[in-house]
Amino acid sequence: MSEPILSIRGLTKTYKGGTRALDSVDLDIRPGEIFALLGPNGAGKTTLIGAVCGLVRPTAGTITAFGQDLSRDWRSARARIGLVPQELATDMFETVWRAIAYSQGLFGKPYNAARLEEILKSLSLWDKKDAQIRALSGGMKRRVLIAKALAHEPELLFLDEPTAGVDVELRKDMWQQIAALKQRGVTIILTTHYIEEAEEMADRVGIIQGGRILMVDEKAAMMERLGTTEAVIDLAAPLAVLPSEIAAFPVELGEGGTRLIYRGGNGQGGGRAQVAQLTQALTRANIGYTSLDIHDSSLEDIFVGLLGEKEAA
Amino acid sequence: MHFNFRSAYAIYRREMARAFRTAFQSILAPVLTTSLYFVVFGSVIGARMEPVAGVPYGAFIIPGLLMLTLLGETTSNASFGIYMPRFTGTIYELLSAPVGVAETLTGFVGAAATKGLILAAIILGTATLFVDYQIKYPLLAVVYIMLVAASFALFGFILGIWADSFEKLGIIPVLILTPLTFLGGTFYSIRDLPAPWDAVALANPIAFLVSGLRYSFYGTSDVPIAVSLGLTLGFLAACVIVITIIFRTGWRLRE
Repeated sequence: MSEPILSIRGLTKTYKGGTRALDSVDLDIRPGEIFALLGPNGAGKTTLIGAVCGLVRPTAGTITAFGQDLSRDWRSARARIGLVPQELATDMFETVWRAIAYSQGLFGKPYNAARLEEILKSLSLWDKKDAQIRALSGGMKRRVLIAKALAHEPELLFLDEPTAGVDVELRKDMWQQIAALKQRGVTIILTTHYIEEAEEMADRVGIIQGGRILMVDEKAAMMERLGTTEAVIDLAAPLAVLPSEIAAFPVELGEGGTRLIYRGGNGQGGGRAQVAQLTQALTRANIGYTSLDIHDSSLEDIFVGLLGEKEAA
Repeated sequence: MHFNFRSAYAIYRREMARAFRTAFQSILAPVLTTSLYFVVFGSVIGARMEPVAGVPYGAFIIPGLLMLTLLGETTSNASFGIYMPRFTGTIYELLSAPVGVAETLTGFVGAAATKGLILAAIILGTATLFVDYQIKYPLLAVVYIMLVAASFALFGFILGIWADSFEKLGIIPVLILTPLTFLGGTFYSIRDLPAPWDAVALANPIAFLVSGLRYSFYGTSDVPIAVSLGLTLGFLAACVIVITIIFRTGWRLRE
C-alpha cells in the first residue's frame, strides 16, 4: 500500500475553558482517495481540518503531510493543501477574478490566467468573473470558495461541508466537480451532514464523535460489515408461535403475530437472498402473506446506529 | 530565512486595490480635512501670526499637520486591513497559506505605508496652494516620512489584531493619537511653552516625531533630530518584536 498523503497521530485539541474538541485522533489518508468524515455537530470535524490547515494550534500530537512534519515544514506542505471552509467567508466587494488571482498569488504560484479561466469554466463561474462576490447567490459564492481553493492546484483538498445550504441540483453538480478533481489525482477530505453525499462519493468513511474517531473503513466494507437487510412481511393470519421451518431465520413476530420481521444479511445483497428463501419457506409451511417490504440499511442507518451505540455505552 | 515574494506581493496588491476602491475615504477625506486646516490656520490666522523659530506660521504647521494625517491614516489603514479579514472570517485563507510573519507584514504594512506616502505627497502638494514653503532636507524628509509610516502601519497592525470590536479599532487613533499629535507641537513650538509645561510636553512621544519632521523641513526642531530618529526606530523595532511574538503564539489569530 502507498504511503499516506496525510498521517495524523495522537492529535489532541483542548480549547480554553477545557473543551476537548479532539482526543488522541489517529488517521491516515491515502493518496487519490475521497475520504468522508462524518459526525454530528461539535464532533470535532472542523477542528481536525483546522489543525491540519494551520487555523487551530494542536495541544498535542503530530501531523505529517506529504511525508513532512507540518509543525516544521509547514511552508512547503501548506503550498500543496487547499481548504474550502464551511462559512461563506469571502471579500464581498472583490470581483470573482481578482479574488481567485489573489489566492493563486498568496499560495506562491505565478499568475496564470489560463489556469484561472479553466477553474472558473469548470465551476460554471466564467460569466461571473467580473461580478462582485456580494452580487452572487449563496451557491455561486460557495463555488467561488472552491475556485479560490483550487487556484494553487492543491494535491490535498479539504472540503468542510461543501454543499451546506446548496440546492439539490447544485449539490449534484458539485459532486460531479469533486469526482472530476479525484480524476485529476487530487486527494479529497470532506466533512458533510449529508450522509447521502458520503455514500455517493467517498471511497472511505470515518466516523467521529466527541473528538474521537469511532471507525474508519472502506465504504463498501463498512456497509458489508455493519449493513443489514430488513424485511417486513404482513401475514394473512396471525401466528402464535414461529413454526420450525421459519424459526431458523433471523425473524421475530410483531403486531400481535400479524407481522413477521426479518433482520439479517450483510447489506450487500446477502439479506435479500435470505428473504427470498424465507418467502419460499413460508409457502412450504402454508403461511400466507399479504405484503412484503424489503429495505437495505444505508450508510445513514449505520452512522445513526454507531452513534446510538456509543451514546448508550 | 525563507521569503515568498509572490505571497507578499499578492497581499500588497490586494490591500492597495482596497485603498483605491475606497479612495474617497482613504485619500480624499484626509486631504479635504488637511486643506481646511491650511485655510483656517495657515492662510487666515497664520497671516496674523508672528513667525515661529524664524519660520512663517503657515509653513511652520505643515510638518505637524502632515504628521497628524499620516499617523491617523496609516494606523487606521493597517488596523482595518487585518481586522476586516478577522471579522469576516476570510483570514482563514491567510492562515492556511504558506506565508509567515515576513510576507504578511510586507504585504499589509507595506501597503499601509505606501498609502501613507501617497497621502503625504498629496498633502504637501495641497499645501503649496495655500502657503509658501521649501523643504531644507528633502531626502531626510522622505526617509523620515517612510520610517514613521512604516512604524505606525506596524502599530496599526497590532491594533487590528488586538481589537475585537469596531469601537476598539477606533479608540486608539481618535482618543490617543489625535490628541497627542495636537499637543505634540503641531501648531506651536514646545520651546514656547512656559515651564513646567515645556518639560511635560516632552513626555509625549509624538512631540519627538513632529519635531523630527519639522527639522527635515526647516532645520529647526524642539529636540535633536538624532533623538527623534532613534525614538522612531526604537518604536519600529518594538512593533516588529510584538508582531513576531503574536505570530509565534497565534494570539487572536489561531485558536
